[in-house]
Parts: sequence; structure tokens; C-alpha cells
Amino acid sequence: MSGVRVLVGTRKGAFVLTSDEARKHWKVDGPHFAGWEIYHAKGSPVNPDRIYASQTSAWFGQIIQRSDDGGKTWSQPGFGPEEPKTTPDGMPKTESNKFVYDGVPGTHMWYDGTQHPWEFKRVWHLEPSLTNPDHVYAGVEDAALFESKDGGKSWSELSGLRQHDTGPKWQPGAGGMCLHSILLDPSNPQRIYVAISAAGSFRSDDAGATWKPINRGLHSQYIPDPHAEVGHCVHHIALHPSRPQTLFMQKHWDIMRSDDGGENWREVSGNLPTDFGFPIDIHAHEPETIYVVPIKSDSEHFPLEGKLRVYRSRTGGNEWEELTNGLPQRDCYVNVLRDAMCVDSLADCGIYFGTTGGQVYCSADSGDSWNAIVRDLPAVLSVEVQTLK
Amino acid sequence: MIRVVLPQHLRTLARVSDEVSLDVTPPVTVRSILDALEQKYPMLDGTMRDHVTHQRRPLVRFFACGEDASHSPPETRLPEAIANGAEPFFIVGAIAGG
Repeated sequence: MSGVRVLVGTRKGAFVLTSDEARKHWKVDGPHFAGWEIYHAKGSPVNPDRIYASQTSAWFGQIIQRSDDGGKTWSQPGFGPEEPKTTPDGMPKTESNKFVYDGVPGTHMWYDGTQHPWEFKRVWHLEPSLTNPDHVYAGVEDAALFESKDGGKSWSELSGLRQHDTGPKWQPGAGGMCLHSILLDPSNPQRIYVAISAAGSFRSDDAGATWKPINRGLHSQYIPDPHAEVGHCVHHIALHPSRPQTLFMQKHWDIMRSDDGGENWREVSGNLPTDFGFPIDIHAHEPETIYVVPIKSDSEHFPLEGKLRVYRSRTGGNEWEELTNGLPQRDCYVNVLRDAMCVDSLADCGIYFGTTGGQVYCSADSGDSWNAIVRDLPAVLSVEVQTLK
Repeated sequence: MIRVVLPQHLRTLARVSDEVSLDVTPPVTVRSILDALEQKYPMLDGTMRDHVTHQRRPLVRFFACGEDASHSPPETRLPEAIANGAEPFFIVGAIAGG
């Protein structure tokens, strides 16, 4: 019998929510890593029992955790109880916590316009390879892309991104200068998309060695040149595996769409009541059906009128319908963060999202109706779902 | 043996439930204690000081015999009571953040 496993990262630990395909009755397991921020957890599409998690703390830094049994037990890669801690000559055997920029880190633009050294802070997003469970990418703050090819035991930077000519012009957004979105093209293993706040979107066509900004068509009134090559505060990007040339973007303001691999973007905000927001995702079986959660504004990070509404477009943008059945329609002032929405691939596509108020909502009917799986978790940072056969 | 008291989160990572004991080659300093601690518990590498620069993480503090050793040069000798194990060396997560 098929089912789903929802991986929830929160401000105070990780939770694993499981259900059968009806998605009505849930088992809640956690907190794992209690007291730590879990920015993201995601399973390998090749081996669903292999899950990577980013555990982080302002006090103690970055930890990578890995499960090989579907989230029941976890260990730092290379530091499992059965594995030797050191090499025969006494050196640490693995370096799963170690994210060190390649070469001289250099500088990027600081909030006041001066140059500031690149400083690693945390891993925002982990993206397991589509073909190899030991290969995983990490998007980090300050913005850079790392990869591990040994199951998270050691990490190296794909430094062609950070060392792009535009790097000194990248500037942090309010949440820091984070690389938060990593998309792997299932039709072309050489192609990777990433997005950075507040630099914009970038594409590599050589497996991460070199990169080009792909921001033509974005318009950001809050930067000196609204059409600049970089400097746009992209909040999230998404693609459907059946149409990897088509990208959708939730920018700071504006919902955008590209049909040529990011070369050109056009706005598809259409009739949304506000086009500010963080997450964006695509129906598993309908590549023109997309979901966003509009937020009032960049200075008021909560839903309009205290009504939590998901918006769905079945036309690839421009025409949007509000989805409210089962969602609070008064006195709701939560936010939904950029990595806190996902979809499963069951026949009746499930949509999930988590809020800063600790609720995780599920719709088992493509968004027509919603139920809260849990209501009182710590603030939710990320939600990913695995469809289990 | 040097006795070290870790904050709760680092005890969890190191899979220890109480203070830890370390063999430290003299002189006993903050640096030599951290070197020995990371050698015995490599999963703590990077959690107390930077991987490369070895600069103390801003919200981690070191205390020896009631004195804050956080701002002293890491090669400063610690009191004899730490060196002979009469007193534990405390690694503390700063009270901050709410």
C-alpha cells in the first residue's frame, strides 16, 4: 500500500509525519534534534530511506544529519556508532560539518553598499541527486553551492557560482544572503538552476562548473536599476519534471514564468490580491497548475485580512482562484516560508504547507480542501514530502 | 585527566551523558583542551570554534575556576585545578536569543 512521509523542519527540531494514501490519519514522530533549527530535510528520490537534514544553531554552527532508515534514526555522516571516529593516524575521519569556501572567499556587497567578506553561516537547502543517493547538493548562506559525493561525509564548493563576475554585487536580503533553491533538470544531468536572495537566479549547463545569471525580464523597483542583471530578491523557483524548460518563480513581489530555461521571464501575477510571498510549487500531474500563498507585503508578513488562502492557477499563471476550504478565514497572521510547501505524487495529488504558527496543512485533493495534520509545532521552516510505494 | 563539562546540545552530538575526561598534553590551555576534545569527539569539530581559523564561535564561552577564559589568548595556561582535574573546564552556550 502506498503512503506519504512528510519531513518538517522547524525552529526547534524536525518532525516526521506519516500516513497512508488517504492522508486522513497521521502518525507524528519527533522532535528529532530537539532545540536545534532544522532548515531543511529532504529524501533521496533514488532511495527514499536516505534522508539528509540541515541542523543548525547560532551557538554551535552547522551539522549535517543523515538517516538511512526513513527518518527513524539519524547520525552525522561518518559518525555513526558503528563507524571509526578517526583514521589510523588519529585524524578526524570525516568532515560532515565542514563547509569551507574554495580559495580566498572574497567579498560581496553589504547592506550599506560596502564590500563584506563571504562568511559561511548555515545550510538552507539540501537537494539529493536524482540518480545517486550519496550525491547531494547544499545551498548555503552566505550564498554558495556545495556538493557531497560520499553521502554527506565531506563537502566541496562548486565555486564557479560564487566566483561569477557579478559576485561582488550580490547583497543579502532581510533573511541573509542565502542560496535557497536548487533545481536539477531530470532531462539533462548537466543543468542545474539555483536562486539566491538577493542576487537572483542562475543556471549551469556543465554540472555546476560555470554559471550565468538568468534574470532577464525581472523588474525590481527597490534596486537602483530595476532591470539589473543581478540583485533581484528571488524567493523561490520551481519546475515540473515533465517540462524542465518551464520555470516558475515567486519573487519578492511578482509571480514570474519562463519557458526557455530562465533566459526570459514574464510576469503571471494576474488577478492575485497581492503578489508578495515566499513559496511556489507545481501540481505533480498538471504542469500548468501552480500554487502560491500570497502575503500582504514585504513589511507585513501575514495573509491579507487575516485569511489564510492558497491560490491556484490552472493556466500556468495569470488566472488564479483562492482555496480556503479548511483554512482559517479570520484572525490568522502566520507566514509560509519559501521551502515550506511541497506536493506528493499520489494519483490525487497532495499539497502540503507549513506555517510560522506551527501548523502543517495537507490537501489530498489538489487544494480543494485542507486539513491540519498538526497545529502546534514550532515555527515551520521547511516541508518536504516523500511518496512511498 | 582533564574534566570538561559540555553544554547539553554538544553532549547530545557527542553521545555522552555527563562530563567527559580527556588526556591533554601539557601545557593545559584552552587550545590544547579543544584540540583533545575534537580529537576524541570529531563530531564536535566546528561547533566551538571555526574549522579553519580556530576562532571561538561568538556565542560559545569557556570558564575555568569561575573565571571567563573566553577572551584570553587560547594558548594561555589554565589554573592548576583544571590541569590536575580538581575542577572541570566549562564550555557554555551563551544565554542569548530568548
